[in-house]
Parts: sequence; structure tokens; C-alpha cells
Amino acid sequence: MSKDNFEDSMKKLEEIAEELENGELNLDESVSKFEEGMKIAKQCNNILETAEKRISILLEKDGKIEEEDFNVE
Amino acid sequence: MEYNAVTVTQLNKYLKDRFDEDENLNAILVKGEISNFKNHYTGHLYFTLKDENSLVKCIMFKSYAERLAFKPKDGMKVMVFGSVSVFERDGVYQIYVKSMLEDGMGDLHEQFEKLKSKLEEEGLFDENHKKPIPLYPKVIGVLTSQTGAVIRDIINVSTRRNPNIHIRLLPVPVQGPGAAEQIAAKIKIMNEKKLADVIIIGRGGGSLEDLWPFNEEIVARAIYSSKLPIISAVGHETDFTIADFVADLRAPTPSAAAELAVPDTYELKQKIINYKNRYRVSLKKRIELMKLRYEKCMKSRAFTDPMRKIRDTNIILDSYVQKMENKIKSIQKDSKTKFVELVTKLDTMSPLKTLTRGYSIVEKDDKIIKKSEQLKENDEINIRFSDGKRKAKIC
Repeated sequence: MSKDNFEDSMKKLEEIAEELENGELNLDESVSKFEEGMKIAKQCNNILETAEKRISILLEKDGKIEEEDFNVE
Repeated sequence: MEYNAVTVTQLNKYLKDRFDEDENLNAILVKGEISNFKNHYTGHLYFTLKDENSLVKCIMFKSYAERLAFKPKDGMKVMVFGSVSVFERDGVYQIYVKSMLEDGMGDLHEQFEKLKSKLEEEGLFDENHKKPIPLYPKVIGVLTSQTGAVIRDIINVSTRRNPNIHIRLLPVPVQGPGAAEQIAAKIKIMNEKKLADVIIIGRGGGSLEDLWPFNEEIVARAIYSSKLPIISAVGHETDFTIADFVADLRAPTPSAAAELAVPDTYELKQKIINYKNRYRVSLKKRIELMKLRYEKCMKSRAFTDPMRKIRDTNIILDSYVQKMENKIKSIQKDSKTKFVELVTKLDTMSPLKTLTRGYSIVEKDDKIIKKSEQLKENDEINIRFSDGKRKAKIC
């Protein structure tokens, strides 16, 4: 899931919350919305936890960009 | 044929004389930007003064230089007072500076306002051109100096908010000649190679001159053309640059830029937990509502006293049966009364009744004899009395 999807997913989470709170869904629909919401919430959480930290510096060498780890002095 | 050539020395001497004779050149005030500044060990100052199109050499002798109230340096805008003369040995003319003043910021302010209104008119500041900053960028591109507080602040704030953030620093000079061109070029590189999800361009505080690269048109246009959203963070909170106006988002400081670019993962996680709780509460409510409806149903008579309906029906049925019985009885009764009436009527009309009053009936061969002529002598007859029959013979 890309960053856009993360943003969309967060929007979806809000929509599902509103739909559920609206009380207009029947019980079956409520249960399936609940399950969908829980699934998306889990996916979002995974994105937050699986990203990897990196501080790097981009250096131009012979017209090419090279990425090296960067340490603040 | 003879040529009337002058020597180089003669030429330069001639020019020097012409210069020195000119009153305008003897006392002149010139404004420009210092470049190529050299503080010679002798104490004399050598530099060139330039504007957009031209430059002129300057020399300020030690005796004058000592009286200067400030330290001239490259890039500084100044006004110099002195005379213009020719240095015969090198064949160059130069300004012999007697005094020098900082030219203030007047010129820069004017340029700033001019460029600002020009770009504003062109629509470079339009709100609807501004790109949204992604909610959860994976890679933050930073264009700033690789040394100094700015990159350090951005790294600190970013990693505090999201310990798993990926920051890519593309170092650029943030002041001095050529800085603007470099910044613009690096914005292009970031875009071409899609090296980040959002870009922060920034530098720390400084004088208007220090911040100048961020007021240059080339940077403004590079920001405007960028497909990647750009957050500007130039100088202090009170400093506004052209870059700030064009950028998709302006941060008052580099730290603030990091806060705007990098979402706090703890907050996001809390938000997700919050959603999950909302779902649970909603679903629980829904189920409780169903339970309530179920209970209400079960409390209804149909479920609590299902026999009641049957009883009620039975009662109605019974009442119908009773009604029918009554009806039948009354019909019976009516019929009986009528019967008795009829019987009584019959009784009174019965011939037998007549007999009790003393009348008799004469019968012959079971036929009632109504006239004497019906009989002849020796006929045997029956006489019917109220209490029975007797035989008799006609004489």
C-alpha cells in the first residue's frame, strides 16, 4: 500500500466510523462494515510500523546521484 | 608613407589626463555590489563594484580604509565616493575610493516588491495551484546546507515524530552568488528522479541579503513548476521570502517545517485506535438495539401469553354458541306456545268435545250419519258417546 493509499485508507476509516454511527445500517451491514474497518485499521497500523528509518545525503558524482548515509556532525 | 603611431604609454598618459580634467570624474558617487574583495597586507583594499550588467575596479588606500565604519565584504551593496582615474601601467581605469557607505537595503526591498507583484500577477502565488502535503510521506527531501542547525533541527523533529522516517538531504548553498541557481537545479533533480514525497527548502535566519537566494525569480519558478509539494522554511518567523509565497506551504521555521511534513506516528496510531473504538462502540450499540427490540418483541402478549388469543377466541366462540342455543330455545319455546294454542283451538273444535256436552254421533259402517233418511229399518249403527261406543238397531 502506497502513501496515497494510506491517506485514502485514513479517509475510509472516518467514513466507516460515520456510517456505523449513523445507525442506518442493518445488523448484517454493520457487522461487515465493522470487519472492513478493522481490516483497514490493521493495514494502516502495519504501514506505520514497517517503514524503515534512514537519514541519507544525496551526492552528485559524475552527473549521477548517489545516496549515502548522513550523520549530523 | 609614414605612420604617426603613439606609444602605449603615451596613450595611457593621454587618457589619464583626459580623465583627470573631467570634473564629473573627479568627484563621483557610485553605487554597486562589492565583489572580488581583497584586503591587501599593505592595508589597501582592492575590489570591484558591480551591478547586473557591468563592473568597475576600485582601490581604497589604507589611509582612507582605516576610517571605514564597517568591514566591506563580497556581496555587500555600497556607495563609494572618489575619483575615476587611469592606472597607466595596466591601462585600466578605476575608482580611487575616498569613502564608502553601506547602501542600505533600499534597492533589495525595491527588487523584492517588484518581483513579488510581478509573480503575483502571473499567478505564481495562487492558492488553487498549491499542492496538498501528503498525510504520510515516506521520504522527506530536504534542500539546505549540509552543515548547521537547519538540517539538524529537521532531523531531530522528524525522527521524534516518526522514528521510521526516511530523510534525504540534497545539500545546496543557501546564500551567496550562485545559490539561487543551485537551489532551482536541485528542485528540478528532486522532481525528475522523484526522490521524495515532499520537499523542505530552508535556511536559518540572516540578513535580507543572506536570504536573497530565496527571493530570486529562478527559485520561485522552480518551486512553482515542482510536481512534488514544497514546504518553505526560510529564516525566522518574521522573515517572508518570495519562496514562501510560491511554496505549497510556508513554515515559520525549519523545525516547524519538519512538523508540518512529518506526521506524528504516535498520533496517527492513536487515531487508528480511536477509530477501532468507535467501530466497537457503534456495533455494540447496534447489537444492543437489536436485543432491545428482541426483548420488546418477546414481552409482547403473543410471546408471553400465546394462549390468550385462543382463550379470547374461545370466549367469543362460546358466546356465539350461547347465542345460538338461546335462539334455538326461543324458537322452540315459540313453537311450543303456538302448538299449545293450536291444540287448544283444535280441542275446542274437536267433535269429541261436543260429545262431552251430551251430543252423540251416529255412525254406520264407519261413516257419520248426518240425516235420518240415511237409515232404514234394522240398520245396525254405532253410537259414539264421549266415553265410548254402543251398538244399536233402528226400528
